Amino acid sequence: MANTATHDHAHDHHDHKPHGLKRWLYATNHKDIGTMYLVFACVMFFLGGAMALVIRAELFQPGLQFVDPGFYNSMTTMHALLMIFGAVMPAWTGLANWMVPMQVGAPDMALPRLNNFSFWLLPFAFTLLLLTLFVPGGAPAGGWTLYPPLSLQAGDSFPLTIFAIHLMGISSILGAINVVVTILNMRAPGMGLLNMPLFCWTWLITAYLLIAVMPVLAGAVTMLLTDYFFGTSFFAASGGGDPVMFQHIFWFFGHPEVYILILPAFGVVSEIIPTFSRKPLFGYESMVYATASIAFLSFIVWAHHMFTVGMPLAGQLFFMLSTMLIAVPTGVKVFNWCATMWKGSISFETPMLFAIAFLFLFTLGGFSGLMLAIVPADFQYHDSYFVVAHFHYVLVPGAVFAIMAGVYYWLPKWTGRMYNEKIGKLHFWLSTIGVNVLFFPQHFLGLAGMPRRIPDYSTQFADWNMVSSLGASLFGFSQLLFVYVIWSAVRSGEKAADRPWEGAHGLEWELPTPAPYHSWETPPTRSVISHGAMH
Amino acid sequence: MSEMREQNNRRLTLRLLGFAAGAFAFGFALVPLYDVICDITGVGNPKDLLRASNVQAIEHDESRLVTVEFVADLPSVGSWEFRPVIAEMKANPGRLYEIDYVARNLTGRDTVAQAIPNVAPGKATAFFRKTECFCFIPQNFAKDEERVMPVRFVIDPNLPKSIDRVTLSYVFYDNSTRVAALN
Amino acid sequence: MTRHARTALSATAFAILGSLAPLAAHAEWGNLNMPVGVTVLSKEIHALHMTMFWWCVAIGVFVFGWMIWSLVAFRKSQGAKPDTTMTHSTKAEIVWTVIPVVILVIMAIPAARTLIAIEDTRNTEISIKVTGYQWKWHYDYLGEDVKFFSSLARASDEARQLGSGVNPESVENYLRDVDNPLVVPEDTKVRVLLTAQDVIHAWWVPAFGMKKDAIPGNVNELWFKVEKGKTGLYRGQCAELCGRDHGFMPIVVKVVTKDEYRTWLAGQKAGESTPADASSEPAADSSPTIAALPAAPQG
Ligand code: HEM
Ligand SMILES: [Cu+2]
Ligand SMILES: [Cu+2]
Repeated sequence: MANTATHDHAHDHHDHKPHGLKRWLYATNHKDIGTMYLVFACVMFFLGGAMALVIRAELFQPGLQFVDPGFYNSMTTMHALLMIFGAVMPAWTGLANWMVPMQVGAPDMALPRLNNFSFWLLPFAFTLLLLTLFVPGGAPAGGWTLYPPLSLQAGDSFPLTIFAIHLMGISSILGAINVVVTILNMRAPGMGLLNMPLFCWTWLITAYLLIAVMPVLAGAVTMLLTDYFFGTSFFAASGGGDPVMFQHIFWFFGHPEVYILILPAFGVVSEIIPTFSRKPLFGYESMVYATASIAFLSFIVWAHHMFTVGMPLAGQLFFMLSTMLIAVPTGVKVFNWCATMWKGSISFETPMLFAIAFLFLFTLGGFSGLMLAIVPADFQYHDSYFVVAHFHYVLVPGAVFAIMAGVYYWLPKWTGRMYNEKIGKLHFWLSTIGVNVLFFPQHFLGLAGMPRRIPDYSTQFADWNMVSSLGASLFGFSQLLFVYVIWSAVRSGEKAADRPWEGAHGLEWELPTPAPYHSWETPPTRSVISHGAMH
Repeated sequence: MSEMREQNNRRLTLRLLGFAAGAFAFGFALVPLYDVICDITGVGNPKDLLRASNVQAIEHDESRLVTVEFVADLPSVGSWEFRPVIAEMKANPGRLYEIDYVARNLTGRDTVAQAIPNVAPGKATAFFRKTECFCFIPQNFAKDEERVMPVRFVIDPNLPKSIDRVTLSYVFYDNSTRVAALN
Repeated sequence: MTRHARTALSATAFAILGSLAPLAAHAEWGNLNMPVGVTVLSKEIHALHMTMFWWCVAIGVFVFGWMIWSLVAFRKSQGAKPDTTMTHSTKAEIVWTVIPVVILVIMAIPAARTLIAIEDTRNTEISIKVTGYQWKWHYDYLGEDVKFFSSLARASDEARQLGSGVNPESVENYLRDVDNPLVVPEDTKVRVLLTAQDVIHAWWVPAFGMKKDAIPGNVNELWFKVEKGKTGLYRGQCAELCGRDHGFMPIVVKVVTKDEYRTWLAGQKAGESTPADASSEPAADSSPTIAALPAAPQG
């Protein structure tokens, strides 16, 4: 290992790294692009978070205090679009950009220029989307699910929104293609598919999901567009169309989409838990198969989002059973993580803390998911705050915590510097407490009958809404610590070792710290690979 | 990067782009597939209600009576009078019945209207056969014209025993609500 | 965890608990769970919900117990040594695949049974067509020629305006009151036909256990049968985002005895219509037409 390190250092000096703005505009380096994706995601996270705080401020007390109901609907719609397409998905692509080449022993992503293009689509897409806040009629307000006929009542924002979604879709399809090509074609000799770290595996499967369903979303919104402008009636009952068909097409995309948001999280957690348990991942192969079966099942459960549209009995039963079935591979994963910790030697650095919170709170979201799958009960839960609680548990302490865990985990390798562990832990505790105070009471609200997507509510819901809003501000403002802790690490953190985590395995830790600009210019030898390997 | 790898990458990229293009096409293919699935699974496709069935009176089942309700709706922009002449009736499965709807054009101009039929419960759709209906073709209406429009229907005796009540409903759309697209 | 972080943590926890205390003093703690409801179906649904809840608790005790046990027992700080040979076990993996499948089947059986009951609309005694508008409901007692709109009650509507200055606490049933409630008899199977005029809405009364979408150009149905003796007012809301005033189209169902219902219905037919009803339906004649309803306000 010492050998490779010096070798790579030598190379580093020959790098012709462009400087200034050009370095970013014309970036083709996977690390530069990865950084841009992560910074972009962070900006969107704060913008989306600001919208969430507008929502929670309005809901702090009954009565309308701050915003018009129409604007409130724009806030929920834009919040979701920004968080899903602007924060979580780009953050995953950023992590993939940074880590996949390092983990498979490649010098860079397979398609560097395409990589540049797919990143630079995003700022345009989101500028367009955010511009809708200023057009006549306001930003889209029909929910991120864009159900017609409501979404067709939008004003001038409509074409901008659709165009923005197309750009985001193209960006993520191209990003996904890049990941697939890198993983399938660029692995170092000797790195078999079943030697890859789980993060690569889960991303490979995610990438296929993206390529399969983002175009379906593109199709659905294109049909909306032609219904709006060109008099087609795909979804207009007046012309023999069916608004429910939109929901089927949307959720055919939408359910795999939620797994696009969470599968890479499974990968990150599967890296971190073994590291800090100082023990190999339990059941590596079954993890791969479980991920693949979740991805497969995600194509046949979509209608669980639309049990109340009035489906035939057989359809409802089918989608109930298939949805429940997803809990099985998901359970396998959770059990494997538990077994990884069992008889380990566990320490609690910040990445591990976030991974543990993921384990507990994602599982909690899985429980409410299981309850939602029960059709008769879903007739009560559907479109209530119970659903809001469910998906926020799987998305915030699920996907978002995993992203943060990954950033804390790999930051020393990226920057060569250690973050401040104390502030990291403070960030963790404030986030974890905040997220539970924020979302747990929403289960109660939903069960007691509070519908989602409303700007005002009757007084019986007042107490828990107030608690939830307090939690929201705690969670929201705690995230400033995250920016601070990273900023201060980059600026003035302590120097990090090549292998800053005692139990870390995988090729990325065989590289010197900070990782050289071009990761593996000469592919790692078999002995380096087996040194890095963990199973 | 070697020539060979470059070529492999390009080939795989094109394949994946093709896959994405296929997925885009699949999104649109879901539109006809939606109808096909409705048909295959026998749940009944409301679009079939827009076409004449060629059943004539079948063997009918005197012992069974199904309540048939008739409902009329207008979209919010419609200036019409539109109603069934009777609100409900009892029907023997297999027997041919005729009932009437009345529509009056209050839009203040000559226009064309199209009724969109629907049956509840949804699973009765496949068993509700119409041999004649004003919804099969767009209806021309002169200004202020009032017209009685017949519907002839048979309820398929195979209607599941778990259904004892069927609702036939129409929404009456006119020019101003994009009828043209249907034809 | 350092002592420092621990102090910070407990301080935060106390701060949060402290801020909750005054809330706890006047909270309506009964609002934590799904209502049992007053219909045959709502009770079954509630029972299903509770069964699922207890299953989740049981599985949670096991899974979270396992996690906590591992986290406590195998701390490096306590000198735990990793067992790096423990990499997989086919036996364990079969066990934790098969047992969940069995549990899921056990969960699915009562769910399927209830679902079949929900879908059984036979022997309905009353059919009411419910039409969603932006942003109010229209009720039509089929075959009875009784129909009317039901909108947010005026007191709530005034209080809910941005900057109205009215304290919602001072309005009785804030946002949950309407001008004309739907009236139905107890102990009667009522079938609700759902449709909408403009966009999709959903009709939801939690005490009846059900919600269903009201979709333009489409007719959906649900049924409920309020148990004998459960007369009273039951409240709900539109549950599908339907535009600007989606939060302001409540549902109130007044359940009365069969006799009261007959009297009420006769009164309605005799033209004893409520003011809002009369003003919103100029073309009220005795034919079963629903014609010439005024266009709903467009947002
Ligand atoms: C055990 C696994 C899961 C099950 C059984 C499950 C089940 C469900 C069901 C039945 C719904 C529809 C509820 C309704 O609208 O009435 C739902 C909604 C949702 N789920 Fe899950 N879920 C699971 C895991 C996840 C994961 C991993 C994610 C994403 C990370 C996720 C994200 C969502 C989202 C975003 C929605 C709401 C979408 C919307 O209506 O806007 N779920 N889930
Ligand atoms: Cu889903
Ligand atoms: Cu509504």
